Amino acid sequence: MAGHFEATPGGGAAVALDEVEIAILRSLAVQLLELIGPGDEPAAGEDPLAALFTEGPSEPPTDPALARLFPEAYGDGDEELRAASSEFRRFTENDLRTRKREDALVVVRTLDALTPGGDGAAVLTLTADECRNWLGSLNDLRLTIGTRLEVSDEDDGEEGSLYRLPDSDPRKPMVMAYLWLGALQETLVETLMS
Amino acid sequence: MGHVSVAPTEIARPESAEEHLVVPEPDVPWVTLVHNDPVNLMSYVTYVFQAYFGYSKDKAHKLMLDVHQKGRAVVSSGTREEMERDVQAMHGYGLWATLTQDRN
Repeated sequence: MAGHFEATPGGGAAVALDEVEIAILRSLAVQLLELIGPGDEPAAGEDPLAALFTEGPSEPPTDPALARLFPEAYGDGDEELRAASSEFRRFTENDLRTRKREDALVVVRTLDALTPGGDGAAVLTLTADECRNWLGSLNDLRLTIGTRLEVSDEDDGEEGSLYRLPDSDPRKPMVMAYLWLGALQETLVETLMS
Repeated sequence: MGHVSVAPTEIARPESAEEHLVVPEPDVPWVTLVHNDPVNLMSYVTYVFQAYFGYSKDKAHKLMLDVHQKGRAVVSSGTREEMERDVQAMHGYGLWATLTQDRN
C-alpha cells in the first residue's frame, strides 16, 4: 500500500504515508490555501447575508497558476466574448475558490487527524467524500506546480527533459514532488473507477 | 446564481447583410469544449467525463483521447445556460473548458 491508494469497503480509499510524505503533503496543501486566498466571510458586525450577494472579480488573475485554476469561460476572442467571460467570472469565481479551499482544508484536516506510529508513519483512510476532496486538491496542486515548472507536452514520457534534470538543478525537488503527486492521484482515480 | 446570460433581448432586428453576419441565430446550440493541457492525467479526465456527464467508460475514454490528440473536444451541447453550468463544473474539476456557439 505504500505510496499508492487502495480502495476500502464503502467507497473510500487508504494509503500508507511516511513522516516525510505527511509533512510534504501538508505543507503543499497549506501553500495552496495561501495561493487561493482567504474566503469572503463577512467581517464581524457585517450582515452575513451580504456575502451571498458579493460579486467576484471580473478580471482573470495575473498569477499564471491562479489563472490556470480559474480560467476564462469563453476563450480568446473579441470584446463581446471578453465581456461574457468577465460576467461569468463575477458570478462563479467566488464559489470556485470556496470549493478549492474546502478541498485543501480537508487534506490538511485528514493529515492532522493521523496518529503516526513510532517511526512517524501512518495509514491515511479516507471516506468516499474525502476521496473526492483529495482528488480535487491533488489535481489543483499538480496544476499549480505544473504551471510553475512550465510543464509542456514535450515533457511527456521518459524522454521529457524536465524529468531528466541533474540533481544539482534547483527545480529537481519540485519535479520529484510533481511526479509523486501524479502517482498518488493516479492510484486514487483508479480506486474511484474500480 | 451562476447562470449568466447576455443573450440578445431584442428579437426583431432590421434586416441587413452586415447584421446577419454578427447576430447569432437563436436556435444554434452552444457547446462545451475541453482543451488539452499537459498536466491533467488521462485517467483523471476520463474519470471526470464519467462522473459528471454520466458517460460510459468507452465514451469518456474516447472523448479524453480526442482532447489529448486533437487538442480539444466537444463534451456536451445545449443551451447557453446549460453550457455555462458544464464549464463551471469542468473548472471545478480543474479541467480547462470553454463554451462557444456551435457554428458548424
